[in-house]
Amino acid sequence: MFELFKATSPIRFMKYSKPATWLSMFLIIGSIASLSTNWINWGLDFTGGTLIEVGFQQPAVLPEVRDTLAQANFNGAIVQHFGSSHEVMIRIAPQEGVKGVVIGNQVLDALQAADFGNVDMRRIEFVGPNVGEELAEDGGLAIIISLICIMLYVSARFEWRLAAGAVLALAHDIIITLGFFSIFQLEFDLTVLAALLAVVGYSLNDTIVVFDRIRENFRLMSTATPDEVVDQSITQTLNRTMITSGTTIFVLVSLFVVGGALIHGFSTALLIGIFVGTYSSIYVASSLAVKLGVEREHMIPEVIEKEGADQDALM
Amino acid sequence: MLNKYPMWKYLLLSFIVLVTLLYAAPNLYGEDPAIQISATRGAKVELATLDKVETLLSQANITPKSTVLENGQILIRLTSSEDQLIARDTIGTELGEGFVSALNLAPATPAWLEAIGGAPLKLGLDLRGGVHFLMEVDMDEAIAKAQEQMVQDFRSELREQKIRFRGIRKANTETGVILRFKDEATLERAEAHLKPINPGLLFDDKTLNNEFVLTISMSDEKLKSTKEDALQQNLSILRNRVNELGVAEPLVQRQGSDRIVVELPGVQDTARAKEILGATATLEFHPVDSDTDISDALAGRLPSSSVVYKERNGRPVVVKKKIILTGNHIVDAQSSSDEYGRPQVSISLDSKGGSKMSRFTKDNIGKPMATLFIEYLPTGKKKANGKTEIAKREEIANVATIQAQLGRSFRITGLDNAAEAHNLALLLRAGALIAPIQIVEERTIGPSLGKQNIDNGIKAMVYGMLAVVIFMFIYYRKFGAIANLALVFNIVMIVGLMSMIPGATLTLPGIAGIVLTVGMAVDANVLIFERIREEIKAGKSIQRAINEGYSNAFSTIADANITTLITAIILFAVGTGPIKGFAVTLMLGIATSMFTSIFGTRAIVNALWGGRNDIKKISI
Repeated sequence: MFELFKATSPIRFMKYSKPATWLSMFLIIGSIASLSTNWINWGLDFTGGTLIEVGFQQPAVLPEVRDTLAQANFNGAIVQHFGSSHEVMIRIAPQEGVKGVVIGNQVLDALQAADFGNVDMRRIEFVGPNVGEELAEDGGLAIIISLICIMLYVSARFEWRLAAGAVLALAHDIIITLGFFSIFQLEFDLTVLAALLAVVGYSLNDTIVVFDRIRENFRLMSTATPDEVVDQSITQTLNRTMITSGTTIFVLVSLFVVGGALIHGFSTALLIGIFVGTYSSIYVASSLAVKLGVEREHMIPEVIEKEGADQDALM
Repeated sequence: MLNKYPMWKYLLLSFIVLVTLLYAAPNLYGEDPAIQISATRGAKVELATLDKVETLLSQANITPKSTVLENGQILIRLTSSEDQLIARDTIGTELGEGFVSALNLAPATPAWLEAIGGAPLKLGLDLRGGVHFLMEVDMDEAIAKAQEQMVQDFRSELREQKIRFRGIRKANTETGVILRFKDEATLERAEAHLKPINPGLLFDDKTLNNEFVLTISMSDEKLKSTKEDALQQNLSILRNRVNELGVAEPLVQRQGSDRIVVELPGVQDTARAKEILGATATLEFHPVDSDTDISDALAGRLPSSSVVYKERNGRPVVVKKKIILTGNHIVDAQSSSDEYGRPQVSISLDSKGGSKMSRFTKDNIGKPMATLFIEYLPTGKKKANGKTEIAKREEIANVATIQAQLGRSFRITGLDNAAEAHNLALLLRAGALIAPIQIVEERTIGPSLGKQNIDNGIKAMVYGMLAVVIFMFIYYRKFGAIANLALVFNIVMIVGLMSMIPGATLTLPGIAGIVLTVGMAVDANVLIFERIREEIKAGKSIQRAINEGYSNAFSTIADANITTLITAIILFAVGTGPIKGFAVTLMLGIATSMFTSIFGTRAIVNALWGGRNDIKKISI
């Protein structure tokens, strides 16, 4: 049998719960600090505006593209390579009094008229400012609703201390992933939002597997301390946690490398989320539950007295 | 103990495997380049059209794979895309106006698969290229126009009835009109007159600074129906225009209370598409010139006061240039049937239009009147000054004989069928007050990017899957191989189900969802296998270990998957377009992976080892 971790005795995870708490605090405070100063580099989906992606036959020289656009009176345009040096992405913020929907075609006309050879239209996106606001609202709403639903589900299935640990671990994962996007000013578009929600589902998945085992072990290990139970449970599920995270990371790396520039944001968010989520299901969720005072008594189902249970069965 | 599945479980499993394989199969056959010919107004695709098309093709030395006339459309499958372009040009020029021929890719699904409803995956615009527009109907403007209409109507109604009022203006509430009177008696007369002819309006009177004020406002239902009408009207106009663009499989669909989604797969020239969707239309009523002979008129011998227009079916009509009434006086037009079940269109005019109509028809009873529909459509060419060239297209929508003096509301009868009545009502409404519409979101994906997106997505899936499969085999040996089999079948199942569900489209985030599923689907098997290993270590017999491994891991797997399912459902409910695509594949992936990795692998494990009590070691 080939195993990643051959643990003969439980690994003392909870011994390191203090430094882990400090690390989490540090990451969260860092994320919040960055979020409050840099906020997030919102993508077109949320800010509104126009985005044009064009393909050139030769590698495109960005200053030349900018000059051409400036001559056509598009001064505030953000021009950058996208995916390769042949592809250029142009982003133009919504402008007062200009119909945003015509900008895309005007930019394309200007580039095709200039001396760039054949310019291939790859993508035009226009999002009206109101639509952008709505998408942002809906997105925020989606995250809040899913957190509430998950909270309800988890508290119905687990004891409240465990549920609180799981939900706080989720918040931890989301804040740190958002912080990563804020610190590196990565563009946050709709696909990243979808990825963030997938992170919520995934990170919880990990936590639940550990919690299931904690609940089971509390019943089996009648004399152990909560720390020992948690250590034992995490050790037992460690192989599974690592393998599943590993296979998920395999496919995400593959998606990141060959999936194309359009879903870079998506795979980045998920990669970060899964790293953080794996860590948090060990250190944040479980250690929080221990700190909240989870004990053996909480796990033993109440004995329900059934009528006639003390009598012998008739048949 | 032994691990055995009853026969029916194997039968059920084989049945599900077979069905999903069958429905996933159409995706293997690829697509034929094709041309789709449909009729716009004024023409009909018939067997004769099919004959003509076939002759045209053989003249151009093109042998089509097949030609079919179906649902009023001709679909020609060709062997190469060069043939496709030549054929489109030939057919386009020879068939002439009234027909639109669009390039398309028709799935090359074999007939027997098609017969059981098999079809390949529907690709989203981000994978096949095309334009997505989200258009918003300006409801404030629609209400404001309705309010303006009320002011005009009440003013002329009251004047006609010689009821004097001090003033009339729009109310600040934006849904009402305020009338001021000098005494209560006049107010009551006005109210008594207006109330019965204006159902759906609320009347409220009060005294203010010695004046008697009557506030007339729209009821909530009236407000709702005004908005609904504005949306429906735009929806039907957009449908007509999209048909003219000659796009294969366009989509025009309402979204929420005031938005319309238009999707045009394969369209590249978005500028032209935008202009056509935003074109304007008007309507005019003209007297028919019955004195001039049609053949004379066609030969150019007609009085300078007359002009020749064509009907939908191409029949020429000589009409006088004099305009009885323009379409902006039309308040409403509805198709219905009269007491004998014959189709008719009821038209309501505003009061100004009503008096114009009444004046004209008084002296012209028994004479024919023509309805002329005018549309301003961009030609796609630019004028010297850089502005888009606009072509005016005129067409006689209907010729009716005036039976009596007409007023604010009248009917057009003598229509051939209900469909014609419906169309006429639509055209009449199109000439009426239209709430303006604007594009609030556009997403255009070029064909090269669409293709690249598919290639990238598939590549990512293949590489990711290879890595997972190799790892699983090395780590869990024979059990790993079984999990891999389940994983492959899991993908087949997702593809099969996606192909089966109508309306499910595959998008780029959707592919990402499948890739993610590949990574996470093995989780269930990892949980089970780890559990089996533990049980074996704990000294249990192989059969017991397998059994307990599966049963102990089950509740954990269910718990873990339900949470992901919750987020997927919320994404589906809140998300639009590509995000919905991600949610769909994620949801399907969760369901199918639970099925294959629990039920599927157990069936194989049971079949291979379950019946043997003598095994001491197992390859896990």
